Amino acid sequence: MTQNIAVDVVDVSKRFRLYHEKVTSLKERALRAGRNPHEDFWALRDVAFSVYEGETVGILGRNGSGKSTMLKCVSGILQPTEGRVVVRGQLAALLELGAGFQPELSGRDNIYLNASLLGLSTREVQSRFDDIVSFAELEQFIDNQVKFYSSGMFVRLGFAVAVNVDPDVLVVDEVLAVGDENFQRKCLGRIKQFQDEGRTILFVTHAADLVRQICDRAVVLEGGRVLAVAGAAEAIRAYHEHLVAVGVVPEPADESQRPILSRHRPITMTSVELEHAGTGSRPYLLPGEPMTLRLAYEAVEAVPSVVFSYAIYSTDGALVHATDTAILDRPVDIEVGTGRVEFRFDEVPLLGGSYMVHVAISGGPAGVVYDLREQDAAFEVMNPGRARGSVALEPRVEISTASLS
Amino acid sequence: MTDLQAEHEPAGAAASAAVPTSAAIPAPQAEDALEARAARVASRGGSKPTRVVAARMALLPRLAELWASRELFAFLVRKEIKVKYKNSVLGFLWSMLNPAFTLAVFYVLFTFFLPNGIPNFVIYMFAAMLLWNLFQTAVLSGTGVIVANSGIVKKVAFPREILALASVGSAFMFFLFQSTVLLVFMVAFWHRPAWADMWLIVPALAAIVLFSSALCVFLSAVNVYLRDTQHLVEVILMAWFWAIPGIYSYAQVGGKLAKHHILWLYFLNPLTPPVMTFQRVFYAVMNPVNTVSHLQQPVLANYPVHWYLAADMVVVALSLVLLTGALAVFGRLEGNFAEEL
Repeated sequence: MTQNIAVDVVDVSKRFRLYHEKVTSLKERALRAGRNPHEDFWALRDVAFSVYEGETVGILGRNGSGKSTMLKCVSGILQPTEGRVVVRGQLAALLELGAGFQPELSGRDNIYLNASLLGLSTREVQSRFDDIVSFAELEQFIDNQVKFYSSGMFVRLGFAVAVNVDPDVLVVDEVLAVGDENFQRKCLGRIKQFQDEGRTILFVTHAADLVRQICDRAVVLEGGRVLAVAGAAEAIRAYHEHLVAVGVVPEPADESQRPILSRHRPITMTSVELEHAGTGSRPYLLPGEPMTLRLAYEAVEAVPSVVFSYAIYSTDGALVHATDTAILDRPVDIEVGTGRVEFRFDEVPLLGGSYMVHVAISGGPAGVVYDLREQDAAFEVMNPGRARGSVALEPRVEISTASLS
Repeated sequence: MTDLQAEHEPAGAAASAAVPTSAAIPAPQAEDALEARAARVASRGGSKPTRVVAARMALLPRLAELWASRELFAFLVRKEIKVKYKNSVLGFLWSMLNPAFTLAVFYVLFTFFLPNGIPNFVIYMFAAMLLWNLFQTAVLSGTGVIVANSGIVKKVAFPREILALASVGSAFMFFLFQSTVLLVFMVAFWHRPAWADMWLIVPALAAIVLFSSALCVFLSAVNVYLRDTQHLVEVILMAWFWAIPGIYSYAQVGGKLAKHHILWLYFLNPLTPPVMTFQRVFYAVMNPVNTVSHLQQPVLANYPVHWYLAADMVVVALSLVLLTGALAVFGRLEGNFAEEL
């Protein structure tokens, strides 16, 4: 199958001149002609990757890793010093919501102005005007001056205009971090819709969880260079591994707490496997069937109070279930040698779907992670019935009727 | 910097060794997913334009992009006008009241305090002022336009020359408003223009608009790097005003310069031909009778009509060359706008 490349980044380098003192006046420029001390700073160095049509690719990296510069080069705001970016199709960049809004003008005028900045024709704006207004939930205020808008309204309007540009390629820079929860959900919904419509999305973030949730692949940038280009999960692993290697604690992304991998590894996992009723005969299990998660470890030192934990994720990145031996009240002191830990589920009350299992070994007072495996094990549940959803509930039906007459 | 890299290198190497390529990611439904995606992509269909972002961009694609953004140009011009008079009661009437008031002051000045005896001198003067205001407004706002709009320049990708051109566009709109003031005064003084030569205002306007555009595009880019430009432009414009025949009559200066054989110097100013064209069309009287001495006195240059056309076309040609150069300079400087602002 041939796939078209939507965004081709060809050996892009971007140099910034860092002046010790910024010279923007004629006098100073004349005084220091030619000998203004500066350092060359390569924000990007030989970055190359391709994004295929219809793909959602995350650009993951720490602050200052060059990810925003990368996006600016893709969207044409900055021109690369070397190399080039080839973009196929109409591109819309969401670098800052509501950039270019004129506070003095009404919401209506700003929609037209902003949309034409993003490359939309007047006729196109007219046909989408109602969509934009209703997405922004600003029906009552559309003729008010934007300077009277709350910051939430401002952002909603910015997003509404941008996503209605009908881009083939959408470039998003951490804009989802703004707005209230309801709005964020709406944005994510719109991004999912974009994916369903076969649009290409390039997405910058430092939140690994978001990448896991919506990206097919990810590019990990560090110090302006490509660290990894891989599937989302693998890229996130590489990113975290790198963070650990440089001694940065990955920020906890949500309640599932991004683990801190210890440099000191007295205990390592040697295998992770799943066994269920279907094992050997069919590649899936049926709702309510038993399953066992088994992991083997090897300890080179004796470690007191070790915690084994697992987390089950659905393919869209939602956490289905997670617990550990501490919560289950089974503290373990590990001796030097090997061992096995089993989590036995008498029944797995899941309906249809694919699930991934993450396992980790941690311990110590600070909860350091000695080892973890993400997505090493996966299982699939086949739903033979007609009920929909993800949890296999077994309701009993009771109907009582009372007639009025 | 080097320290940082040294620290990163081993980690990077280790990671890239450990990371399989995307194709190797095991996923049970990967093939299905790819196929489904291909179907979705196909459903969008349509031919898609290809754009290349690189350090240099040729002139023709630049012009094509500019042409594609003409609607944006219109919106920017409209925005400029709307924003300028927003929240003022009289709104854009101010753009007419302002020159009308200036004109009234000069009328009083040249009729009662400094009488030069030239009948309807304010019309001669205002014909020049109209074009001068167009030029001055365009260049003053155009020089600072990239810096003033740094918010969008840093965050949105669009052909930035549009901003400079929109400055000229909105100055032109104000010019149109102000023209009504000239018409009102001409009716009030019952001053007859040269109807037969009215078409000359087209090449004159083309000359001044193109020349202003070239300056705006060039200066707006330079001003990003050298903020002195803006102040320098203000000073230069002040001197420049006296290089056009506005407050004085052309005959007063032209004659003296011709005596010393340096009249050509006066025509080095690209604004002179369009301004003189406007005066030729609207003032129209070459040698009016002086109201003080009652003698005929030359006010306008004694050139045939085709001379004005030729002079304006020379300025048009020169401006086109300058505009091409300005776009090239802009293109080279544009790459670093986002970081300089």
